[in-house]
Amino acid sequence: MADIRPILSTLRRHKTAAALIVLEVALSCAIICNAVFLINDRLQRMDRPSGLAESEIVRVQLAGIGRDDNAEALSREDVAALSAMPGVKSVALTNQLPFANSSWNSSVNLAEEQQIPNLNAATYLGDELLLETLGLRLVAGRDFTPDEYVDWSVFSEPGSTVQPHSIIITRAMAERLYPGEDAIGKQLYTWGEEPYRVVGVVEHLIRPNENGGPSEVQLSMILPIRVPFTIGSNYVLRTDPDRREEVLKAAVATLDKVNPNRILMEHETMQQTRADYYAQDRSMAWLLIAVIVGLLVVTALGIIGLASFWVQQRTKQIGVRRALGATRGQILRYFQTENFLLATVGIVIGMALAYGINLMLMERYELARLPAIYLPVGAVALWLLGQVAVFGPARRAAAVPPAVATRSV
Amino acid sequence: MFRNSMFGYYFDLALRSFRRNKVLTALMVLAIALGIGASMTTLTVFHVLSGDPLPGKSHTVFYPQIEPRSMGGFVPGEEPSEQWTRFDAEALLRDAKGDRQAMMSGGAVAVEPQIEGLAPFYADARYTSADFFPMFELPFAHGKGWGAAEDSASARVAVISAALNEKLFGGGDSVGRTIQLDQQTFQVIGVLDEWRPTPRFYDLTNTRYGEVEQVFLPFSTSRALELGTSGNMNCWEPVGDAGDDGGNYSINAPCAWIQYWVELDSPEKVDAYERYLVNYSDQQRAAGRFERPTNVRLRDVMGWLDYNGAVPGDVRLQVWLAMGFLLVCLVNTVGLLLAKFLRRSTEIGVRRALGASRRAIFAQCLVEAGTIGLAGGVLGLGLALLGLWGVRQQPTGYAELAQLDAGMLLLTFVIAVVASLLAGMLPAWRACQITPAIQLKSQ
Repeated sequence: MADIRPILSTLRRHKTAAALIVLEVALSCAIICNAVFLINDRLQRMDRPSGLAESEIVRVQLAGIGRDDNAEALSREDVAALSAMPGVKSVALTNQLPFANSSWNSSVNLAEEQQIPNLNAATYLGDELLLETLGLRLVAGRDFTPDEYVDWSVFSEPGSTVQPHSIIITRAMAERLYPGEDAIGKQLYTWGEEPYRVVGVVEHLIRPNENGGPSEVQLSMILPIRVPFTIGSNYVLRTDPDRREEVLKAAVATLDKVNPNRILMEHETMQQTRADYYAQDRSMAWLLIAVIVGLLVVTALGIIGLASFWVQQRTKQIGVRRALGATRGQILRYFQTENFLLATVGIVIGMALAYGINLMLMERYELARLPAIYLPVGAVALWLLGQVAVFGPARRAAAVPPAVATRSV
Repeated sequence: MFRNSMFGYYFDLALRSFRRNKVLTALMVLAIALGIGASMTTLTVFHVLSGDPLPGKSHTVFYPQIEPRSMGGFVPGEEPSEQWTRFDAEALLRDAKGDRQAMMSGGAVAVEPQIEGLAPFYADARYTSADFFPMFELPFAHGKGWGAAEDSASARVAVISAALNEKLFGGGDSVGRTIQLDQQTFQVIGVLDEWRPTPRFYDLTNTRYGEVEQVFLPFSTSRALELGTSGNMNCWEPVGDAGDDGGNYSINAPCAWIQYWVELDSPEKVDAYERYLVNYSDQQRAAGRFERPTNVRLRDVMGWLDYNGAVPGDVRLQVWLAMGFLLVCLVNTVGLLLAKFLRRSTEIGVRRALGASRRAIFAQCLVEAGTIGLAGGVLGLGLALLGLWGVRQQPTGYAELAQLDAGMLLLTFVIAVVASLLAGMLPAWRACQITPAIQLKSQ
């Protein structure tokens, strides 16, 4: 480190080139910090727990042709036939599923007549086997009892006042509605005029889509309403992970046998549904990785180019130093230290810039604040990059023979 | 003539300099090409997605908004409801205060082909009213849209897309033939030509960049037959007694689920229509149907797209990223050009001593920079084509729209050359500051 003073005085004579390296490092550092942060944001999104036993679930969506006045009986027949299939552990019929194409949402109030709702939650409807089939984990209370269920046809009849009075909510929703309290037995208002009593709390149940934004992703509730296949039409089958393909194929055939006059809309494993849902995030993450690699390569090329130029320009100076007794190691370290100093200045400016870009992203894309941990990541990456890039030119500098000092050009 | 020949000479000098320093030149070309490739890929996608879906007419077609919601959840200053109740949409349609107007909703119908071996399938449908076709200038291959008479009679008529016509009837003029939709017989009265407004502006609650629907039916018919809808529905009160058999879809249901468009040919008509919306809202408030303060909006097509933030956030983010990347590539090029020019200090010194002006040196350097930019542009174009191919492999609704057009092609070269000229400015200026004396002395 004794080398620093001559380095600084040399850099002072090469302000433009030094400033360009600093600027390039700063820009790269700022973009890379934010890109790594964005990648992590996507990865976390893709890693959100759904609450479902995803690796054991397959789903089939059917649609009838025209109005079907007999949908409830047909649905019961379907479920019975599907349950009887070999390899099927349980079957449920629900109005919606995570990562599938539609969502039902309702506002939730704690008081009867309320101006502003407490929150808005995804509304799952389903039969007796829904919790078991989805593999939801109850962390408090109980599942619904058979007498708590209401049929969709009764519930939705014009002018009907029949409604269920029990509800199961997610832990996130319980914490939002009743912070610090036990949710079991508490009341809330949503569908219909009368209150619901919370009978159970499940650990996780993700909303079907992004309705409500990232902070509300776990706000879901389950109402004990048996739906016919005409409402959302999501047959969910739980099976062994390695029998999924077989069960899926058999389920399609079984449903066709029960009533062939229906149109098959979707049939796939829950894992496939999830993968499709996050395809956009995955490709964005890869794109960001490509940008980071591109930036690193371009920055490295820039450092190599300018360092080579300096070495060439200072060949004579290096020769003189060598002739005066400087070792190869000292010459090598000279260029390495120079690069370290430039990279450090660039990184410091880059950090400030990274923070600025993050503020802009926060404003436009509802991103969180850049955690400080990303700053050292970017710094270390660029320090390493600088050292790797400068090594070639620096070695060439170290190879300059002392005899150069005696030559005229 | 003189300028031209000097340009040619500088160009020749540039090529010689490239040959002398192949690696450095290749690095610069590559850096510019990467920057150009990335930014052109993202700009093309942005350009396609933010385009005018109704060119020549988008400033005369408007999406009106009024506020039918109840006081529950009212926040002063909030934008009015984005969709319409059936009651209000039908009332405005009857009043017909615009040059043209249409109400609409998305839906899906089961199609039963009368063809051996072709199973029934679901087709996306649009339930709308007569003016939809002339207002949005839909191109017809055969036949035409329906009129007010069919709307009021809930007629069983349908306009079908070119794709559905191909699938069901093998193409050709199918006007007069019948199709089975949701177990009802409809008569085909029109077959569309290719129509792909991007974004699909008229209903942003459904897929924004997907293809248009395959079947168009009168809205009145869709309600008479209770056909299934798709899109968003917002109900602010239990339907209860307001719902007759139609439930949420009935005329008096407190639910917004309909899109409404109006064509207004002159600014005076726009002003008059806005007053009409205010009057209508005031009347509804007086009648007790509306609770919130009167709040109306009247945005044209581009305004409506802008308000809805139609271009996906990811696409905008990608443009920023690519621009940042291009900036780094340019800074890199500035550095490399500087190194390149200053390395030739001796040569430049000699040229200056032999009488070349500073201007001449500056011009020579810029020609060299511009040539690098042009080469970078060509390579960058290749990378952009590769990038767009990559975008087309993505599972997004707009994937197949990611194509380079002539304008973007030209822009690629303009950006590449301008960017490299800008990048060449500083190094060229430094190079022309070289004093001949010092360089000659050190010889």
